[in-house]
Amino acid sequence: MRLMLIAIVLLGGLSLSLGSQTLQWADVLAGREDTWLTLQASRLPRLLALLLAGSGLAVCGVILQHMVRNRFVEPGTTGGLEAAKLGMLVSLVLLPDAGLLPRMVLAMLCCLLAGLLLVMLLRRMPVHGQTLVPVVGLLYGAVLAALAEFYAYRHHLLQDMQGWLLGDFSRVLAGQYELLYLIVPATVLAYVYARRFTVMGMGEQMASALGLGYAATLGLGLLLVAMVVAATVITVGAIPFVGLVVPNLVAMRYGENLERTLPLVAGGGALLLLLCDVVGRVLMHPFEVPIALTAGGLGGLVFVYLILRGGPR
Amino acid sequence: MISVHALSHHYVGRTVLSGIDTVFPTGKFSALIGANGAGKSTLLMLMARQLQPAAGELRLAGMPLSQLTVRQFAQQVATLRQFPDFRLRLTLEELVAFGRYPHSQGRLGPADKAAVDDAIDYLGLASLRGRYVDELSGGQRQLAFLAMTIAQQTPLLLLDEPLNNLDIRHAIDIMRALRRLCDERGCTVIMVIHDINLAANYADHIVAMKHGRVYASGEVAEVMQSALLGEVFGLDFEVQRQHGGYVCNYFTYR
Repeated sequence: MRLMLIAIVLLGGLSLSLGSQTLQWADVLAGREDTWLTLQASRLPRLLALLLAGSGLAVCGVILQHMVRNRFVEPGTTGGLEAAKLGMLVSLVLLPDAGLLPRMVLAMLCCLLAGLLLVMLLRRMPVHGQTLVPVVGLLYGAVLAALAEFYAYRHHLLQDMQGWLLGDFSRVLAGQYELLYLIVPATVLAYVYARRFTVMGMGEQMASALGLGYAATLGLGLLLVAMVVAATVITVGAIPFVGLVVPNLVAMRYGENLERTLPLVAGGGALLLLLCDVVGRVLMHPFEVPIALTAGGLGGLVFVYLILRGGPR
Repeated sequence: MISVHALSHHYVGRTVLSGIDTVFPTGKFSALIGANGAGKSTLLMLMARQLQPAAGELRLAGMPLSQLTVRQFAQQVATLRQFPDFRLRLTLEELVAFGRYPHSQGRLGPADKAAVDDAIDYLGLASLRGRYVDELSGGQRQLAFLAMTIAQQTPLLLLDEPLNNLDIRHAIDIMRALRRLCDERGCTVIMVIHDINLAANYADHIVAMKHGRVYASGEVAEVMQSALLGEVFGLDFEVQRQHGGYVCNYFTYR
């Protein structure tokens, strides 16, 4: 944990100084106005957004994994990201002048609905192979994505959609990312209810034998996930695989007792996203590779590795 | 402790239990025996409230089961299922600690910690405390789940074939531990079990089921009759008494 914090601080410092205009730390200390403006308006918001989105997505992933008792699920493999995209598109068409907040509410509702539907679908599925669930989730996500694309096509939004829904932090400026702060209460709530979520991960029968209100816990989990996913998709776009990679890596070493591991998962998510961001910005400096690509590339590799390995056990 | 009244149950069109009336005596070790498909596990799962009965009623100390809240029930009845389909990566100690969930909601107080230590020591698992459950052997794993059930410190324990796939050493360890729970702590234990010899030598009370009905029930000596068991399993049975215990011969080829 301590090591993780140190790494976050170091990478965070690097992230602050990177950009088309290289930041001179001496100027910051000297209090030069334009340097401070860059820092306040762009670099700092970007860093905060990265940390929030990373930890939020990782926590979402681990909650989803406990919910459907499968370690290969995360918002990107359960249709969560696609549902939020769809919600955002719908909000663009129906409420073209609305601010970010109503849009996010709509995206969140879509996400919640999609999550509910998937959980119901999975519960009816007779076979529950560890690799079958993510396959169903990916198919489900593809259907939602197709719906979103069709909708976008009908309303001439196709190009926009592809542009701004690809996870990217270069658009983050002060005044446009603050919805991400919703991730803070969501993560805190997840931590408060960590024990419940762990018991939920034991399965419905075992959980109710231990006296857990299963349905209520499931609902709370879905709500938290929808909130975080909607907030990230609206502000920075869809970022795949963070929610998958981090919880699995943490589980290998530290197990899955969320009361103990949730802080590690949150920190790990922040660190991973920060790392992906720095790599994406250095690769073709002064241009940027969108973070969805770096995270997707890195995450995809770990995903394949985990499938081949059959999970941590 | 727990009584069953005119209980029936069916899965899509097929009747699995019909008109069950029986009482499991308080503070005793009861064994549910019978062939596969006789309805033993279904009866146990109905008692554990994992299934809802189609007709009839179950009462716990006179109180209808359906009137207890989830949490009240979990404080009185601990259940260990046949194949705990368990995928979480927890250490043995963490797993056992979750047995305290009905009492603590996860916030372990000193009494809870003592109960966890006690359950771990009771089954001699102290050396495995910090190991991950998924890395234990089948027998150790089963003992870990039993420790979790014991840590729940309920007056009633329901166990569905906890001896499955265990070697004789681990099977005897579990039977002895359960026997001691009844004798030393006054717990009521109800267990679905296939090994008739273990049932005869460790239980107090046997309920024999056949085709979804209670075929016979009573003290061990009443049920352990060659003719009766022969009927229950459709086999030639020869019950022998040796050294104060029972040995059933049903496996000799004739």
